[in-house]
Amino acid sequence: MAHAATNMDQRFGTGRRVLLQGPLRLDSGAALSPVEIAYETYGTLAPDGRNAILICHALTGDQYVASTHPLTGKPGWWTRLVGEGLPIDPQRHFIVCANVLGSCMGSSGPASIDPATAEPFGMRFPVITIADMVRAQALLLDHLGIERLFAVIGGSMGGMQALTWPTIFPDRVEAAIVIASTARHSAQNIAFHEVGRQAIMADPKWRGGAYYDDGDVPAAGLAVARMAAHITYLSEAGLTEKFGRRLQARDAKTFGFDADFQVESYLRHQGLSFVERFDANSYLYITRAMDYYDIAEDHGGALAAAFAATRARFCLISFDTDWLYPTAESRIIVHALNAAGREASFVELSSPFGHDSFLLDAPEMNRVIDGFLRAGRR
Amino acid sequence: MTDLRPDLEIIARHVREGSRVLDVGCGDGALMAALRDLKRVDARGLELNADNVAAAVARGLSVVQGDADTDLGYYPDRSFDYAILSQTLQTTRRPDRVIEALLRIGSRAFVSFPNFAHWRGRMALLFGGRMPVTRLLPERWYDTLNIHHLTIDDFRALVKERGWQIEAQWFLKGGRETGGANANLLAEHAVFLLKA
Repeated sequence: MAHAATNMDQRFGTGRRVLLQGPLRLDSGAALSPVEIAYETYGTLAPDGRNAILICHALTGDQYVASTHPLTGKPGWWTRLVGEGLPIDPQRHFIVCANVLGSCMGSSGPASIDPATAEPFGMRFPVITIADMVRAQALLLDHLGIERLFAVIGGSMGGMQALTWPTIFPDRVEAAIVIASTARHSAQNIAFHEVGRQAIMADPKWRGGAYYDDGDVPAAGLAVARMAAHITYLSEAGLTEKFGRRLQARDAKTFGFDADFQVESYLRHQGLSFVERFDANSYLYITRAMDYYDIAEDHGGALAAAFAATRARFCLISFDTDWLYPTAESRIIVHALNAAGREASFVELSSPFGHDSFLLDAPEMNRVIDGFLRAGRR
Repeated sequence: MTDLRPDLEIIARHVREGSRVLDVGCGDGALMAALRDLKRVDARGLELNADNVAAAVARGLSVVQGDADTDLGYYPDRSFDYAILSQTLQTTRRPDRVIEALLRIGSRAFVSFPNFAHWRGRMALLFGGRMPVTRLLPERWYDTLNIHHLTIDDFRALVKERGWQIEAQWFLKGGRETGGANANLLAEHAVFLLKA
């Protein structure tokens, strides 16, 4: 019965969008109203509402966590973890994944229409933070009638949201799984993001972000931003194994600046395919939100203080070849959780694939997540 | 009561029902799981080996990957009723500091270790002239993780020197509890319950 009732409810299912009145008060002091959120749900909300899992996506991710992407036609980005018989299972869990605030897959962002001018916001969109993204997700949960999350989970920027959730809403989340992430953006993290932003803004087609009218987007700048960032998601060993110094469809170097090497060709492809699915201004706003991220700063400089009021169980996972958010960052969080006396688990897993390991085949990660989630059922 | 290793069995029997426990070097969490299931203990673990941590977390336990020598400093004072260090003391770089940390974090500490002065080891050294390789200490001198071999009398001397108190002690021989007489010669393992 519950199953049928949920299926008839227009709030639940894939390809959902909702316009929430808010207002959503932002860390910058600005407020957004209305707030549009695009999201997907899988599975059925239990009668006691205690099986809801919120999945938070990374910088360039989206709500299509386990369903086909409408633009690329590719399968969901976390189908190794989310699906029938997997640790996050629509047969057992009610799964929610929403496009983050500031993004471009249907949630409010710089490409949305500014109700004040009836034009796209562009750079008039307010600067947002990770905490703002979390508050927007909480508005969505209100709409969905989910009082309390069984778990929140995410990798990379999704991990930042998962870590932030219990600090803002201690009574609304029972468990947080934070993968390949950090409690603050380091100077190196900010530096890489600044390279990407400058590449976009240096593209003459960017035009101060006002490129929506003619659709002539700063594709070259965004592609370069993606290429630089993509390198940080991989590892040297992974790149060497995949490409080495092998040449691309040729027998000899050309003594020119064509993509002689396979790795060049691969990166160019990554850049080009990215611009077809992502908005350059969204890239500016979301990277900014990540750079502003420092949970300790929001709590008087002491990370343990950020967790003082939390009640959730925490599970942290890092990967040994991730140099973007290395294990040391996860350890800082774990030490603060221990100091705060919180229930925390942490493991560094081995994988050759660098930061992106959490998106790839990681049976140990699945095993840890499954055990951690099942422990919440006791 | 369980199929725990004999020293863990002793510890499990003497941990108070419903208490808070930190298991340092918890392995795959066998003791923690038993304490949780049999005595409603709120158990947390610290373990160096990633495979062990993964196995323990997959059992639903709260275990953090870390090193007893460097990571105990992050735990607040008196945050646990018991801190447990089983078969790990002899692998730490500074066993004295580790015990000190256990007694700061926990109101009491269980410490178990293999007794290097057991007569078999003594015989091997005395007559063979070689570092003992026995059933209980199966590794050779160059590949053993045990970097600080100690005896029961060594341990007692350290406890006395630091002014700690021994609240209880148990000795094992061939996996069974044995009396305390001549323990330094006859016991293969010792379990101590300490208080600061």
